[in-house]
Amino acid sequence: MSELLDIAFISGLIGATMRMATPIIFATLGEILSERAGVLNLGIEGIMLMGAMTGFLVTFTSGSIWLGVLAGAGVGMLLGLLMAFLAVYLGLSQHVSGLGITLFATGLAMFIYRLHFGSPTVPPIIQPFKQITIPLLSEIPVIGPGLFTQYSLTYIAWLLIPALSILLYKTKIGLKIRTVGENPVVADTVGVNVLLTRTLCLVAGGALMGIGGAFLTLAHQNMFLIDVIGGRGWVAIAMVIFGNWDPLKGAFGALIFGFLDALQLRLQGLGIAVSFHIFLMIPYLLTIVALISVSRKASIPASLLKPYRREEKGG
Amino acid sequence: MIRFRIIKRKPLPGWAKIVIPIAAILATLILSAIPILMAGGHLWKSYYYLFYGALGTRFNLLETFVKASPLLLTGLAVAFAFRAKFWNIGAEGQLLAGALAATVLGVNLGGVPQPFVLPIVIIGGFLAGGIWAAIPAILKTKLKVDDVVSTLLLNYVMIHIMGALLFGPLQQPGSSWPRSAAIIKAACYPILLPRSRFHMGILIAFFVVFVIWFINQRTTFGYRSKAVGVNIRAAHFGGINTTSVIIWTALISGGLAGLAGVGELCAIQYRLIMDISPGYGYSGIVIAMLGNLHPVGVLFSSLFFSVIIVGAQTMSRMTGVPSYIAEVIQGMSLMVMLIFLLFTEYKIKVMKK
Repeated sequence: MSELLDIAFISGLIGATMRMATPIIFATLGEILSERAGVLNLGIEGIMLMGAMTGFLVTFTSGSIWLGVLAGAGVGMLLGLLMAFLAVYLGLSQHVSGLGITLFATGLAMFIYRLHFGSPTVPPIIQPFKQITIPLLSEIPVIGPGLFTQYSLTYIAWLLIPALSILLYKTKIGLKIRTVGENPVVADTVGVNVLLTRTLCLVAGGALMGIGGAFLTLAHQNMFLIDVIGGRGWVAIAMVIFGNWDPLKGAFGALIFGFLDALQLRLQGLGIAVSFHIFLMIPYLLTIVALISVSRKASIPASLLKPYRREEKGG
Repeated sequence: MIRFRIIKRKPLPGWAKIVIPIAAILATLILSAIPILMAGGHLWKSYYYLFYGALGTRFNLLETFVKASPLLLTGLAVAFAFRAKFWNIGAEGQLLAGALAATVLGVNLGGVPQPFVLPIVIIGGFLAGGIWAAIPAILKTKLKVDDVVSTLLLNYVMIHIMGALLFGPLQQPGSSWPRSAAIIKAACYPILLPRSRFHMGILIAFFVVFVIWFINQRTTFGYRSKAVGVNIRAAHFGGINTTSVIIWTALISGGLAGLAGVGELCAIQYRLIMDISPGYGYSGIVIAMLGNLHPVGVLFSSLFFSVIIVGAQTMSRMTGVPSYIAEVIQGMSLMVMLIFLLFTEYKIKVMKK
């Protein structure tokens, strides 16, 4: 057991927690933005996979890793736009539209990957992101090395958490977004374009989901595997609820998930016989418990899942 | 400035319910020309091999039925739940629950008289799937937990339960892979046609189409279940015990998905492995929508899907178009169907300002 308290172990665990949490943070923030405007985007799992595939493909062909990140964001925006077309403009069921996008994007990602790379015995790889050590801060004992030797995308994720919080709660744009999600009729009356606001939130949210996916193929790993997302999109859906539609609390949920994920890997490494599957089950069970408590509070955006159509009277 | 407005039409005429899915399928097939051309495939050759690969030879045709049976069962499972507005996205997990129960029973029932083994395995798989679906139904009715998210999450809980068991007590002795021991002979579905994999589970799946049709059309439970779906409040005030209806609907729905798991285990794999289902539970959602939640519609849409999945293999071999085109077509068909349904229920009015 002494190994568990070892400083190197703890510092390694902190670092891994941050890394594993990064894609979930991106995806959770993207989903919060969409849901705050009143649209549940179940396309998230597929959008992340397309982001992961596109990011990898662009980096592989161009050699530029940041171009890959941009491409991941771009494809996320396109799919967010598709979601907006189906669920916002046509007013189709958000559940079914989102699942349709996940199925479509999953198929498309695997299709395009095969098209470019065939089925090689050894998967092609790229030169992934390098971790950046921040001077001074990384020298803080115990927590420093883990927290401040990270990928640039991880630092960006951490900056995005307060940024989204400020956007939602402290700015006029945030007020508009929240009003659209809570009461679109009121928003419309005071001159906010409900459909456009929802569309923009889905597009921006899609970009974050795409980057979250791209992190997995450009930093966490250096190759694209078909199960690279492995349900992380659904975890993000869960974290939004767990975090009560709040960026800070949602990111905290993502950290718990990252911690459990990192811990199971390390315990396996130490040869401690705990089935990692039992660990990986915990976040889902926690979320179901969180759902039970959420259903008793009124924090869910009041107009989530409700398509908005102006009344036809006088038209 | 031109503005569009979406206006509701009168109720759908009967013929539209048949014409629209067919039109959606045709439109999807036309749209799939885009990915085929993207892949540099010859268009007519690709379509030819798509259908030849699924229907052209005796073996391929029977394989199409083999593929259709889990899709049909998960499609029926989802359709039955959706009809009562129980949003069961969890057919995948319920399928795995069924396969898991069938494994535990199928490996350990050696001491039971042979004719009893398979019925016990089937009932066990049905119950396991049903109970796994009843959990979110109870959470929904008693604690108001959103069923979409809870059923979705329970899929992953089941995957990890399965993983923990396959790396633990269920692991085949001596194996380092996450796979169970093989089930005993008496627990396998009989193969009905020589030189094929056409098994008894396919007949069970077809029989279930009739059973669900019968429940929907001829029983009070089917009527109540629909009433809950149309208007839960009205159903409640009309004296229907809506909680019990939703839980029973979930039990049946999950049970059908569980049967799909039993079929994959007892006729295809014969032992439990992690990837026993390539997402049949999720395809079931599309199939149910495409089939308009009607059992006969689900039958045809599951056959369409299995044609695409089986045919895409041959098309891939002959033209070099990646077989993942089957998944692309599945996703597209759902969206096309949704849009078609929208435009038949509503019409677009163009207004000039």
